[in-house]
Amino acid sequence: MTTGVDLGQPQAQAVRSDEDVVRVRQLVRTVAVAVKLSLVDQTKVVTAASELARNTLVYGGGGTVEVTTVENGRRKGVRIVFADSGPGIADLDLALTDGYTTGGGLGLGLSGSRRLVDEFEIDTSAETGTRITVTKWSR
Amino acid sequence: MERVPILKIGDILLVSIQLDMSDQTAVQLQEDLAERIVATGCHGVIIDITALDIVDSFVGRMLSTIASISKVLDAETVVVGMRPAVAITLVELGLSLNGIRTALNVERGMELIAAARADELDHQLDDDPDAETATP
Repeated sequence: MTTGVDLGQPQAQAVRSDEDVVRVRQLVRTVAVAVKLSLVDQTKVVTAASELARNTLVYGGGGTVEVTTVENGRRKGVRIVFADSGPGIADLDLALTDGYTTGGGLGLGLSGSRRLVDEFEIDTSAETGTRITVTKWSR
Repeated sequence: MERVPILKIGDILLVSIQLDMSDQTAVQLQEDLAERIVATGCHGVIIDITALDIVDSFVGRMLSTIASISKVLDAETVVVGMRPAVAITLVELGLSLNGIRTALNVERGMELIAAARADELDHQLDDDPDAETATP
């Protein structure tokens, strides 16, 4: 469940190559700095974004990432939406297990990035692809 | 694609990662380092990540792989300069950096490699009955 209101227009970045994953990291860092996340929280949300953007590329066959500033009363945060129209995640519980991978990686991308953010939401189906929304709040 | 430069200092290869690496650049570095270890016969590799503001699972795996490859090629790898926020994030992500030695800075990394090398040479002497025993 996501909370808070969007502030301003989301900034979008297409994810079609390795270089785009780097651009996603840079965009998320800029917004995380703008909403005054602590250095550790910036590092966590940029790391999570890197993992999820790579998943969008590798498993989703590419897609888009949207970064928005959000607010819930006293706190500001950064919300990132990763969307692809790939094959979807067949077994979500399994995919969220540490060490499980279908792609030859370490199997930490999805499960690990969930630990690094405050809110984590997945919408996935074979028809519409995968949409992951994460939010990190300032403290 | 950008490439990460590899410097040779005495018996050590020094890699200071100064850019936000794409995955391809990271894989290229792995291959370049393996080649340089063989070409130079160096026994130590220091990877300085002071400038990296994140280490995700891909870069973490690259560091572990480099350590394993260099081990097979008779070189010791030490990762130096990890930022505190990066260390905290790595642990929370669940990455254990298996088989990687770390040191706080390049200087300590060089000491660690020198000590590991001295130990190894001692053992080689111990194993060889004809060699003169090293004075304690």
